[in-house]
Amino acid sequence: MKNPFDNLDKVLEHRVRLQIMSILVTNDGYEFSSLKEMLNVTDGNLASHIKALEREKYISVSKSFVDRKPNTKYKITERGRNAFKKHLDALEAVVKQQK
Amino acid sequence: MKEIQEYEKDIASIRNMMERSAKFISLSGLSGVLAGLYALAGAAVAYFSLHYPVSPINYRTYSLQSTEAMLKLIMIATAVMVASIGTGLWLSNKKAQKHGLQLWTTASKNLVINMAIPLVSGGIFILIMLYTGHFGLAAPACLVFYGLALIQGSANTFDEIRYLGFSEIILGLISASVPGYGLIFWAIGFGVLHIIYGVIMYNKYDK
Repeated sequence: MKNPFDNLDKVLEHRVRLQIMSILVTNDGYEFSSLKEMLNVTDGNLASHIKALEREKYISVSKSFVDRKPNTKYKITERGRNAFKKHLDALEAVVKQQK
Repeated sequence: MKEIQEYEKDIASIRNMMERSAKFISLSGLSGVLAGLYALAGAAVAYFSLHYPVSPINYRTYSLQSTEAMLKLIMIATAVMVASIGTGLWLSNKKAQKHGLQLWTTASKNLVINMAIPLVSGGIFILIMLYTGHFGLAAPACLVFYGLALIQGSANTFDEIRYLGFSEIILGLISASVPGYGLIFWAIGFGVLHIIYGVIMYNKYDK
Protein backbone atom coordinates (compact mmCIF):
# COMPACT_ATOMS: atom_id res chain seq x y z
CA MET A 1 0.00 0.00 0.00
CA LYS A 2 1.14 3.50 -0.77
CA ASN A 3 2.30 5.62 2.10
CA PRO A 4 -0.60 7.95 3.00
CA PHE A 5 1.88 10.63 4.05
CA ASP A 6 2.69 11.13 0.37
CA ASN A 7 -0.86 12.29 -0.26
CA LEU A 8 -0.68 15.12 2.28
CA ASP A 9 -0.66 18.56 0.69
CA LYS A 10 2.49 20.46 1.63
CA VAL A 11 0.73 23.81 1.31
CA LEU A 12 -2.10 22.74 3.62
CA GLU A 13 0.12 21.26 6.32
CA HIS A 14 0.12 24.63 8.05
CA ARG A 15 -2.74 24.85 10.53
CA VAL A 16 -3.84 28.42 9.70
CA ARG A 17 -4.03 27.64 5.97
CA LEU A 18 -6.01 24.52 6.73
CA GLN A 19 -8.40 26.58 8.86
CA ILE A 20 -8.83 29.20 6.14
CA MET A 21 -9.70 26.42 3.71
CA SER A 22 -12.14 24.86 6.21
CA ILE A 23 -13.98 28.16 6.52
CA LEU A 24 -14.09 28.77 2.77
CA VAL A 25 -15.23 25.23 1.98
CA THR A 26 -18.34 25.69 4.21
CA ASN A 27 -19.09 29.32 3.40
CA ASP A 28 -19.74 30.89 0.04
CA GLY A 29 -17.29 33.77 0.33
CA TYR A 30 -15.70 35.20 3.49
CA GLU A 31 -14.23 38.64 4.18
CA PHE A 32 -10.70 39.35 5.31
CA SER A 33 -11.83 40.98 8.56
CA SER A 34 -14.18 38.08 9.38
CA LEU A 35 -11.42 35.56 8.70
CA LYS A 36 -9.10 37.48 10.98
CA GLU A 37 -11.67 37.51 13.76
CA MET A 38 -12.46 33.84 13.39
CA LEU A 39 -8.83 32.72 13.39
CA ASN A 40 -7.49 35.20 15.93
CA VAL A 41 -4.34 36.02 13.93
CA THR A 42 -2.62 39.26 12.98
CA ASP A 43 -3.19 41.07 9.65
CA GLY A 44 0.31 40.25 8.42
CA ASN A 45 0.12 36.61 9.42
CA LEU A 46 -3.25 36.11 7.72
CA ALA A 47 -2.16 38.00 4.59
CA SER A 48 0.93 35.84 4.13
CA HIS A 49 -1.07 32.60 4.40
CA ILE A 50 -3.71 33.92 2.05
CA LYS A 51 -1.00 34.80 -0.43
CA ALA A 52 0.33 31.24 -0.25
CA LEU A 53 -3.13 29.82 -0.96
CA GLU A 54 -3.68 32.31 -3.78
CA ARG A 55 -0.37 31.32 -5.36
CA GLU A 56 -1.60 27.72 -5.50
CA LYS A 57 -4.88 29.00 -7.01
CA TYR A 58 -6.75 27.33 -4.13
CA ILE A 59 -8.68 30.51 -3.41
CA SER A 60 -9.82 33.50 -5.45
CA VAL A 61 -10.06 37.12 -4.40
CA SER A 62 -12.67 39.72 -5.23
CA LYS A 63 -12.22 43.32 -4.23
CA SER A 64 -15.08 45.77 -4.08
CA PHE A 65 -16.21 48.83 -2.20
CA VAL A 66 -18.94 48.73 0.42
CA ASP A 67 -19.91 52.19 1.66
CA ARG A 68 -16.72 53.52 0.07
CA LYS A 69 -14.63 51.19 2.22
CA PRO A 70 -12.52 48.55 0.50
CA ASN A 71 -13.93 45.09 1.00
CA THR A 72 -11.89 41.98 0.19
CA LYS A 73 -13.73 38.71 -0.17
CA TYR A 74 -12.22 35.26 -0.62
CA LYS A 75 -13.73 32.23 -2.28
CA ILE A 76 -12.52 28.69 -2.64
CA THR A 77 -11.78 27.52 -6.20
CA GLU A 78 -12.65 24.12 -7.64
CA ARG A 79 -8.95 23.30 -7.52
CA GLY A 80 -8.86 24.34 -3.86
CA ARG A 81 -11.89 22.23 -3.00
CA ASN A 82 -10.32 19.14 -4.58
CA ALA A 83 -7.00 19.78 -2.83
CA PHE A 84 -8.77 20.22 0.51
CA LYS A 85 -10.73 17.00 0.06
CA LYS A 86 -7.60 15.07 -0.91
CA HIS A 87 -5.69 16.46 2.06
CA LEU A 88 -8.54 15.56 4.42
CA ASP A 89 -8.66 11.99 3.06
CA ALA A 90 -4.89 11.73 3.50
CA LEU A 91 -5.13 13.03 7.09
CA GLU A 92 -7.76 10.42 7.89
CA ALA A 93 -5.66 7.67 6.30
CA VAL A 94 -2.59 8.75 8.27
CA VAL A 95 -4.46 8.71 11.58
CA LYS A 96 -6.13 5.39 10.76
CA GLN A 97 -2.84 3.75 9.86
CA GLN A 98 -1.33 4.66 13.21
CA LYS A 99 -4.11 3.03 15.16
CA MET B 1 7.20 15.04 9.64
CA LYS B 2 4.64 15.98 12.28
CA GLU B 3 3.57 13.89 15.23
CA ILE B 4 0.41 11.85 14.85
CA GLN B 5 -1.34 13.95 17.52
CA GLU B 6 -0.71 16.99 15.35
CA TYR B 7 -2.64 15.38 12.50
CA GLU B 8 -5.48 14.57 14.83
CA LYS B 9 -5.46 18.19 15.97
CA ASP B 10 -5.59 19.25 12.30
CA ILE B 11 -8.75 17.22 11.77
CA ALA B 12 -10.27 18.60 14.98
CA SER B 13 -9.50 22.17 13.92
CA ILE B 14 -11.10 21.61 10.50
CA ARG B 15 -14.28 20.42 12.16
CA ASN B 16 -14.22 23.31 14.63
CA MET B 17 -13.70 25.97 11.95
CA MET B 18 -16.37 24.58 9.63
CA GLU B 19 -18.86 24.58 12.49
CA ARG B 20 -17.96 27.93 13.99
CA SER B 21 -17.65 29.87 10.75
CA ALA B 22 -21.04 28.82 9.41
CA LYS B 23 -23.09 28.77 12.60
CA PHE B 24 -24.24 31.58 14.81
CA ILE B 25 -23.67 30.11 18.27
CA SER B 26 -24.39 33.17 20.39
CA LEU B 27 -28.16 32.76 20.08
CA SER B 28 -29.47 33.01 23.62
CA GLY B 29 -31.82 30.36 24.99
CA LEU B 30 -33.11 32.72 27.64
CA SER B 31 -34.33 35.13 24.97
CA GLY B 32 -36.48 32.29 23.59
CA VAL B 33 -38.12 31.86 26.99
CA LEU B 34 -38.77 35.61 27.26
CA ALA B 35 -40.13 35.77 23.68
CA GLY B 36 -42.54 33.00 24.68
CA LEU B 37 -43.66 34.92 27.75
CA TYR B 38 -44.23 38.08 25.67
CA ALA B 39 -46.32 36.06 23.22
CA LEU B 40 -48.43 34.59 26.02
CA ALA B 41 -48.92 38.07 27.49
CA GLY B 42 -49.88 39.36 24.03
CA ALA B 43 -52.36 36.53 23.56
CA ALA B 44 -53.88 37.27 26.97
CA VAL B 45 -54.26 40.96 26.12
CA ALA B 46 -55.88 40.02 22.81
CA TYR B 47 -58.26 37.59 24.49
CA PHE B 48 -59.39 39.98 27.21
CA SER B 49 -59.82 42.93 24.89
CA LEU B 50 -61.64 41.03 22.12
CA HIS B 51 -63.31 37.81 23.26
CA TYR B 52 -63.83 38.04 26.99
CA PRO B 53 -66.12 36.79 28.57
CA VAL B 54 -66.51 34.07 25.93
CA SER B 55 -64.38 31.09 27.05
CA PRO B 56 -61.30 30.55 24.84
CA ILE B 57 -61.99 26.80 24.78
CA ASN B 58 -65.55 26.99 23.49
CA TYR B 59 -66.05 27.15 19.78
CA ARG B 60 -66.94 30.66 18.80
CA THR B 61 -70.11 31.08 16.83
CA TYR B 62 -68.99 34.47 15.59
CA SER B 63 -65.81 35.49 13.81
CA LEU B 64 -63.77 38.64 13.95
CA GLN B 65 -64.50 40.76 10.94
CA SER B 66 -64.19 44.33 12.14
CA THR B 67 -61.27 46.43 10.99
CA GLU B 68 -60.89 47.81 14.49
CA ALA B 69 -60.35 44.35 16.00
CA MET B 70 -57.91 43.49 13.22
CA LEU B 71 -55.85 46.62 13.86
CA LYS B 72 -55.77 45.78 17.56
CA LEU B 73 -54.47 42.27 16.82
CA ILE B 74 -51.86 43.55 14.38
CA MET B 75 -50.68 46.09 16.96
CA ILE B 76 -50.37 43.45 19.69
CA ALA B 77 -48.54 41.07 17.34
CA THR B 78 -46.15 43.83 16.25
CA ALA B 79 -45.43 44.80 19.87
CA VAL B 80 -44.68 41.14 20.77
CA MET B 81 -42.41 40.81 17.73
CA VAL B 82 -40.46 44.01 18.41
CA ALA B 83 -40.01 43.11 22.10
CA SER B 84 -38.88 39.57 21.21
CA ILE B 85 -36.37 40.68 18.56
CA GLY B 86 -35.05 43.40 20.88
CA THR B 87 -34.58 40.95 23.77
CA GLY B 88 -33.03 38.39 21.41
CA LEU B 89 -30.47 40.91 20.13
CA TRP B 90 -29.66 42.19 23.60
CA LEU B 91 -29.18 38.76 25.25
CA SER B 92 -27.35 37.29 22.25
CA ASN B 93 -24.99 40.25 22.26
CA LYS B 94 -24.34 39.66 25.96
CA LYS B 95 -23.66 35.98 25.30
CA ALA B 96 -21.34 36.82 22.42
CA GLN B 97 -19.38 39.26 24.58
CA LYS B 98 -19.05 36.67 27.33
CA HIS B 99 -17.41 34.28 24.84
CA GLY B 100 -15.33 37.04 23.25
CA LEU B 101 -17.23 36.81 19.96
CA GLN B 102 -18.88 39.39 17.73
CA LEU B 103 -22.65 39.51 17.32
CA TRP B 104 -22.53 40.57 13.68
CA THR B 105 -20.61 37.82 11.88
CA THR B 106 -20.88 36.24 8.45
CA ALA B 107 -22.89 33.46 10.09
CA SER B 108 -25.37 35.79 11.78
CA LYS B 109 -25.72 37.83 8.58
CA ASN B 110 -26.56 34.65 6.67
CA LEU B 111 -29.00 33.66 9.43
CA VAL B 112 -30.86 36.97 9.09
CA ILE B 113 -30.93 36.86 5.26
CA ASN B 114 -32.06 33.23 5.15
CA MET B 115 -34.84 33.80 7.67
CA ALA B 116 -35.95 37.07 6.08
CA ILE B 117 -36.94 35.39 2.79
CA PRO B 118 -39.84 33.27 4.13
CA LEU B 119 -40.69 35.90 6.79
CA VAL B 120 -41.03 38.83 4.38
CA SER B 121 -42.90 36.83 1.74
CA GLY B 122 -45.14 35.40 4.46
CA GLY B 123 -45.70 38.81 6.00
CA ILE B 124 -46.76 40.32 2.68
CA PHE B 125 -48.96 37.30 1.95
CA ILE B 126 -50.72 37.65 5.34
CA LEU B 127 -51.24 41.40 4.83
CA ILE B 128 -52.84 40.64 1.46
CA MET B 129 -55.06 38.03 3.16
CA LEU B 130 -56.17 40.56 5.77
CA TYR B 131 -56.70 43.25 3.17
CA THR B 132 -58.91 40.97 1.07
CA GLY B 133 -60.92 39.83 4.08
CA HIS B 134 -59.53 36.31 4.56
CA PHE B 135 -59.10 36.77 8.30
CA GLY B 136 -59.55 33.16 9.33
CA LEU B 137 -56.29 31.79 7.98
CA ALA B 138 -54.01 34.66 9.02
CA ALA B 139 -52.96 33.14 12.37
CA PRO B 140 -52.20 29.67 10.93
CA ALA B 141 -50.27 31.34 8.09
CA CYS B 142 -48.10 33.18 10.66
CA LEU B 143 -47.14 29.83 12.23
CA VAL B 144 -46.44 28.09 8.91
CA PHE B 145 -44.26 30.87 7.48
CA TYR B 146 -42.43 31.29 10.79
CA GLY B 147 -41.75 27.55 10.82
CA LEU B 148 -40.36 27.72 7.28
CA ALA B 149 -38.13 30.63 8.31
CA LEU B 150 -36.77 28.63 11.27
CA ILE B 151 -35.98 25.61 9.10
CA GLN B 152 -34.30 27.86 6.57
CA GLY B 153 -32.30 29.59 9.31
CA SER B 154 -31.33 26.41 11.17
CA ALA B 155 -28.40 25.84 8.78
CA ASN B 156 -26.77 28.91 10.32
CA THR B 157 -27.39 28.20 13.98
CA PHE B 158 -28.15 25.35 16.39
CA ASP B 159 -29.67 22.26 14.71
CA GLU B 160 -32.50 22.11 17.27
CA ILE B 161 -34.09 25.20 15.66
CA ARG B 162 -34.99 22.93 12.76
CA TYR B 163 -37.31 20.85 14.96
CA LEU B 164 -38.89 23.98 16.39
CA GLY B 165 -39.57 24.93 12.77
CA PHE B 166 -41.25 21.59 12.02
CA SER B 167 -43.36 21.91 15.18
CA GLU B 168 -44.53 25.40 14.16
CA ILE B 169 -45.50 24.21 10.66
CA ILE B 170 -47.43 21.19 11.99
CA LEU B 171 -49.19 23.41 14.52
CA GLY B 172 -50.01 25.94 11.78
CA LEU B 173 -51.52 23.25 9.55
CA ILE B 174 -53.64 21.82 12.39
CA SER B 175 -54.75 25.37 13.22
CA ALA B 176 -55.74 25.97 9.58
CA SER B 177 -58.04 22.95 9.68
CA VAL B 178 -59.84 23.98 12.88
CA PRO B 179 -60.96 27.58 12.30
CA GLY B 180 -61.92 29.74 15.24
CA TYR B 181 -59.06 28.68 17.50
CA GLY B 182 -56.42 30.90 15.87
CA LEU B 183 -55.54 32.75 19.05
CA ILE B 184 -55.02 29.55 21.08
CA PHE B 185 -52.76 28.01 18.43
CA TRP B 186 -50.93 31.31 18.09
CA ALA B 187 -50.32 31.28 21.87
CA ILE B 188 -49.08 27.67 21.78
CA GLY B 189 -46.83 28.23 18.76
CA PHE B 190 -45.27 31.54 19.71
CA GLY B 191 -45.64 31.21 23.49
CA VAL B 192 -45.44 27.64 24.76
CA LEU B 193 -43.10 26.25 22.06
CA HIS B 194 -40.66 29.16 22.48
CA ILE B 195 -40.57 28.62 26.23
CA ILE B 196 -40.00 24.85 25.87
CA TYR B 197 -37.25 25.31 23.25
CA GLY B 198 -35.73 28.22 25.13
CA VAL B 199 -35.39 26.09 28.26
CA ILE B 200 -33.87 23.19 26.27
CA MET B 201 -31.38 25.52 24.55
CA TYR B 202 -30.54 27.27 27.80
CA ASN B 203 -29.77 24.00 29.58
CA LYS B 204 -27.75 22.70 26.65
CA TYR B 205 -25.72 25.71 25.55
CA ASP B 206 -25.95 28.62 27.98
CA LYS B 207 -25.05 26.99 31.28
